[in-house]
Amino acid sequence: MGISLSNISKSYKKVKAVQDISFDVNPGELFGLIGPDGAGKTTIFRILTTLLIPDDGTASVAGFDVVKDYKAIRNSVGYMPGRFSLYQDLTVEENLTFFATIFGTTIEENYDLIEDIYVQIEPFKDRRAGKLSGGMKQKLALCCALIHKPKVLFLDEPTTGVDPVSRKEFWEMLKRLQKKGITILVSTPYMDEAALCDRIALIQDGEILEIDTPEAIVNKFPKTIYNVGADNMYKLIQTLKGYKHLYSVFPFGEFVHYTDKRDSFETAELKSYLENAGLIDISIDATQPNIEDAFMELAK
Amino acid sequence: MKRFIGFIKKEFYHIFRDRRSLFILFGMPIAQILLFGFAITNEINNVDIAILDHSKDATTEEIINKISASKYFTINQMIAREADIETAFKKGKIKAVLNFEKDFSKNLIKEQKATIQIITDATDPNTANSITNYINAILQNYQQSKNKGIVVEYQIIPQTRMVYNPELKSVFMFVPGVMTIILMLVSAMMTSISITREKELGTMEILLVSPLKPFQVIIGKVVPYIFLSVINAAVIVLLSIFIFKMPVQGSLFLLGAESVLFIITSLALGILISTIAETQQSAMMISLMGLMLPVILLSGFIFPITSMAAPLQIISHIIPAKWFIIIIKGIMLKGVGMAYIWKETLILIGMTIFFIGLSVKKYKIRLE
Repeated sequence: MGISLSNISKSYKKVKAVQDISFDVNPGELFGLIGPDGAGKTTIFRILTTLLIPDDGTASVAGFDVVKDYKAIRNSVGYMPGRFSLYQDLTVEENLTFFATIFGTTIEENYDLIEDIYVQIEPFKDRRAGKLSGGMKQKLALCCALIHKPKVLFLDEPTTGVDPVSRKEFWEMLKRLQKKGITILVSTPYMDEAALCDRIALIQDGEILEIDTPEAIVNKFPKTIYNVGADNMYKLIQTLKGYKHLYSVFPFGEFVHYTDKRDSFETAELKSYLENAGLIDISIDATQPNIEDAFMELAK
Repeated sequence: MKRFIGFIKKEFYHIFRDRRSLFILFGMPIAQILLFGFAITNEINNVDIAILDHSKDATTEEIINKISASKYFTINQMIAREADIETAFKKGKIKAVLNFEKDFSKNLIKEQKATIQIITDATDPNTANSITNYINAILQNYQQSKNKGIVVEYQIIPQTRMVYNPELKSVFMFVPGVMTIILMLVSAMMTSISITREKELGTMEILLVSPLKPFQVIIGKVVPYIFLSVINAAVIVLLSIFIFKMPVQGSLFLLGAESVLFIITSLALGILISTIAETQQSAMMISLMGLMLPVILLSGFIFPITSMAAPLQIISHIIPAKWFIIIIKGIMLKGVGMAYIWKETLILIGMTIFFIGLSVKKYKIRLE
């Protein structure tokens, strides 16, 4: 009763959007599609919400085939597209009432489901949706997608363009919804949000790199990662790139994540190499890999 | 049904909250009808003319008096020399000059004929033509009154009578045309814009992923505009009756029913446009270029279809507005009933069914 895709492919004219994608989302699971812009996340969402027909492969949502039973799917899923897609000239309350009505229900009937979220935007219920802040808009959109008590919820990049505090709140809401038995498929370009999902699929250029729990994906990371810091970030990266034992280097916040080709290596050796290059305030510490490291490694 | 009513309610919110569309909806019909009714006219009224009278005798004076007595012409100036004609025209106020030959009366009596030269400013050919016709008519009239009692062999006297619009008011011609343009524009353009707006803003995506059926979305879009267009049609008819004293000879009910039919034809066209256009901008351009221009140029609203080139005449047949103009002119001016316009009505019904069928076929239940 969750979501199932097998060997799904879809091209737009000559561009291959997704290729041979298969994965399953278990009922009640919070599943994340993690990947950069243009990876094919939105295409997968549109196929699953019956908006696009796949060129190849089959997919089902809540037990219904996405092509044959598209009407049944449209009755039982909630969909929040990547772009804010509510009526900007309607007030918060009018938007919600409208979506409740077209799904044949009322706000009162399913109020318990949206209550946690709606109380936060209720003070603005007479404000036009177009005049809400980014975080508020997303909360309203989520309410509208939930108002008919969907079995499966599709959220395409719900936190893009939303401030960090609202993002955190949003994920807390998703966790609460999951407890109510709703299967959730969510996509995000933010790697830090991936850790909040039960399982994730890392996706790039229309292909799935890895599917597993966030912990497992991180644990599979083959190398030790070192947090390297110095006074000049740009020079540090350039210098590291010239290091003959370098395996990979990526900027990460105020540090860079460095991995070495060799299985065991002495940090002192690297430190003196960097010092010779004229860098100061050098720090090198082993650290835990995260999803982003795993993604970078897999995407290589 | 509840879903449907909810949808229509939402549409009305959109319409009443968008000042621009409200203005187009209700401002434009009134502005257009008043413009066409008052400002744009091809009637001849108080046209300034000049006289160059070489003979200055009793007959020429009588003719000049007759002309200046008519409400069509005002004698603006008397010219003394042929050379001044050109200057008079160039000043722009004079639209025609009447040039009486020398010894006008004498010639008339001696040779039974005399000549008047009518020179008109043909920068506006239609007006020039009308002026010539009007002056000719006045002269003819004068001649007939002079010949009274005299037996003339072989005389043909045309007796003209203008029916359905005896005063030749151009507003009678414009009202049906303006009504057609407005109904077409409001219905087709506004629906196509409102459907493409959902596509552009991404809300169509959500509507598709909902239990609403495509035809419910379309009908829901169309119903508010049927309602508003009927109000518009009524406003136009009332304006033309009360301000321009335009009669409605035929049945008001039939006029209403035919208007609703044409509104539905236009809405069907609007839906069809929205299945082609992806953005509001292109929907508007297609509506304006694809509907407005042909309606103005090829529907017989301003330019008579019979005087068009053959290919254009053929094209005019596929323009719904042409048939609607025939219908409303018939009902309003001639007072005809269904017996005379059933053919045009059937054509409109046929076109409507065709457009609806085509748009249902082209309507996408998905994104591609």
